[in-house]
Amino acid sequence: MKILLKGGRVVSPANKIDRVMDILIEDGEVKEVGEVRCEDCQVYDLEKKVVFPGLIDLHVHFREPGREDAEDIDSGARAAARGGFVAVAMMPNTDPPIDDPLRVRFVAERSRSASVFVFPVGALTRGRKGEELAEIYLMAREGAVAFSDDGLPVRNPLVLRRGLEYLLAVDLPYLSHAEDLDLSQDGLANESPFTAKLGLRGRPWVSEAIGVSRDVLLAEFTGARVHIQHVSTGRSLDIIREARSRGVRVTCEVTPHHLFLDEEVLESFDPNFKMNPPLRTPRDREELIKGIKDGTVDAIATDHAPHSYDDKEVEFNAAPFGVIGLETAVPLVWDRLVRRRIISPRRFAELLSVNPAKILGLRGFGIIEKGYPAHITVVDPRREVVVDRDEFASRSRNTPFHGWKLKGAVVMTIVEGEVVHNAL
Amino acid sequence: MRHLLSIEETPREDIEKILSTGRSFLEISRRPIKKVPVLRGKTVVNLFFEPSTRTRSSFEIAAKRLSADVMNFSASVSSVRKGETLKDTVLNLEAMKTDLIVIRHPSPGAARFLTTFCESAVINAGDGAHEHPTQALLDALTVLEHKGKLEDLQVVIVGDILHSRVARSDLFLFHKMGSSVVLSGPPTLIPPYLKAWPGEVEYDFDRALEGADVVIMLRLQMERMKGGFLPSLREYREKYQLTVERLNLIKPDAIVMHPGPINRGIELSHEVADSSRSVILDQVEKGVAVRMAVLSLLLGGEA
Repeated sequence: MKILLKGGRVVSPANKIDRVMDILIEDGEVKEVGEVRCEDCQVYDLEKKVVFPGLIDLHVHFREPGREDAEDIDSGARAAARGGFVAVAMMPNTDPPIDDPLRVRFVAERSRSASVFVFPVGALTRGRKGEELAEIYLMAREGAVAFSDDGLPVRNPLVLRRGLEYLLAVDLPYLSHAEDLDLSQDGLANESPFTAKLGLRGRPWVSEAIGVSRDVLLAEFTGARVHIQHVSTGRSLDIIREARSRGVRVTCEVTPHHLFLDEEVLESFDPNFKMNPPLRTPRDREELIKGIKDGTVDAIATDHAPHSYDDKEVEFNAAPFGVIGLETAVPLVWDRLVRRRIISPRRFAELLSVNPAKILGLRGFGIIEKGYPAHITVVDPRREVVVDRDEFASRSRNTPFHGWKLKGAVVMTIVEGEVVHNAL
Repeated sequence: MRHLLSIEETPREDIEKILSTGRSFLEISRRPIKKVPVLRGKTVVNLFFEPSTRTRSSFEIAAKRLSADVMNFSASVSSVRKGETLKDTVLNLEAMKTDLIVIRHPSPGAARFLTTFCESAVINAGDGAHEHPTQALLDALTVLEHKGKLEDLQVVIVGDILHSRVARSDLFLFHKMGSSVVLSGPPTLIPPYLKAWPGEVEYDFDRALEGADVVIMLRLQMERMKGGFLPSLREYREKYQLTVERLNLIKPDAIVMHPGPINRGIELSHEVADSSRSVILDQVEKGVAVRMAVLSLLLGGEA
């Protein structure tokens, strides 16, 4: 089946393209770009739409194996497709965790029948316990694209040092949930005068900053690639900015919820605002947006963390951390950043496709070019979206954005030439 | 008023209304027959997920004096331990046609959570370290009875501010009513960022006491020692115990309050606890009147 995408504005910064042109797709590849005629093609009219290299989410949690009722690989991939993502990196904090080659192979195999690419991230240490290194090389051979202990950052700096050194041989990144767990203790929200009024125990900004400092210093010391996940404070960004100016190989991501929400929403005590890192101050939110603009932030990632309705429909203390984000990320970023001219469509493509592909070393992603696999996301900047959690493809409903009206919708997602989502 | 969830979001007029209604109810409890038919036929549930003697009995007596039917439900004897969620517990109670639920729960926001799904009126009787609004209201009624006013007073709140819901509710209330509040205690229990609150922070207890009209001493939870907030009781006593000598620092007509239960010899010396300046038992009496007021206002009974 041949597909012709007609008349869209194609934005592909990796090869410096930003112009209206047609794209001919055949056998999963981009066959032709420019002004293309095709008689026997399925033609999609993309006039006034923006065509991006397929978006990639560096940070998702699918609950398979363990809590398939909240999200399995299949439902997560459908949510990704609906949200415009052609590939996601799946964190290893499943039950059991993805910490050996067989489990990596399981995810890779399940991914094959899923609607988008689900790349496994392997645990850095066995059982994510932070004690002994997991079989990193064998996991890499089975398809692990990065390593991380996710929400349980390696406590012992010596173990982390060894892990980072070991990674040098495969040149894969360490994805760091940077946090000093002793300082964070059992905090439920940002530590601030505001959340203290609500009686919520705090996780202070300094526990993230100490985590970031340590991991950035170990990146410098070992020469390994460290990617800081879900940066939530301005202070953490300062540390990353400074390290990068000295040539340290460190990258970072922020989430839509940290960009578009702050701690003041917690007045409602709604567990859909409970996540880790917590929502920070309005000032931090501004700093994160500044980091998006000045290039300190490399990527926007969702930290899609599904939890069943029952698990979240409880009092604040008892609720698990995390919110879903795959199906709201694009409308949010488009409406709040692109439409308001805080960033350009080109920067949008960098944050959500080009840089994530680079960070994970994914070849054939993050670019629209003749001869490359056809991974494509189409955005309609004029279409209004009202976020409705009951329409999600995800099995879970725990979004903090229910009811938000946003302009900018994903209307088509194409993975290897196959249309996996079509809302044209 | 539909619910009473926090002082912070209760308008001043509502606070004044509760206090004036509470004042008029004081007399009922002093009668030989302490019962009025204001809430006859109404059902009030006391839903307590934390140990409490004083607050629970105070609500129970208040409801009974208004002729309501009262059911006490405490977590230790409930099905909560069998894994039933808070929501299911409340929905089951409500299916018995309750009119008002008084809840105490360790999670901040628990009372508000109830209002998202239940029909009954809800009173927050303490939600974690967030608020304990009826305690602040009874403190206010006590001060009003002794001082004749709630504005232009110097109120000092002393001790574990960080973990205290009473401190929060009192702070918001006295601030809202036009008095100034000083918070005093060790910096581990009043972290410097709390200086952004409306109250003033004074780590030096003696200086905090100077010129005070009202001193509210908080109970020191013994687990704070284990949490590393304090090195020892003896040091705390030395720095922050209200002693007879320290009474000289406050105004001659100043009163000493405590939400109870008191740790004798820790936050208060026994001489102070039993002195004429202490109005601790008075607070308990006012507690019943204020809770009668809140119950009747929420359930639409006439005073």
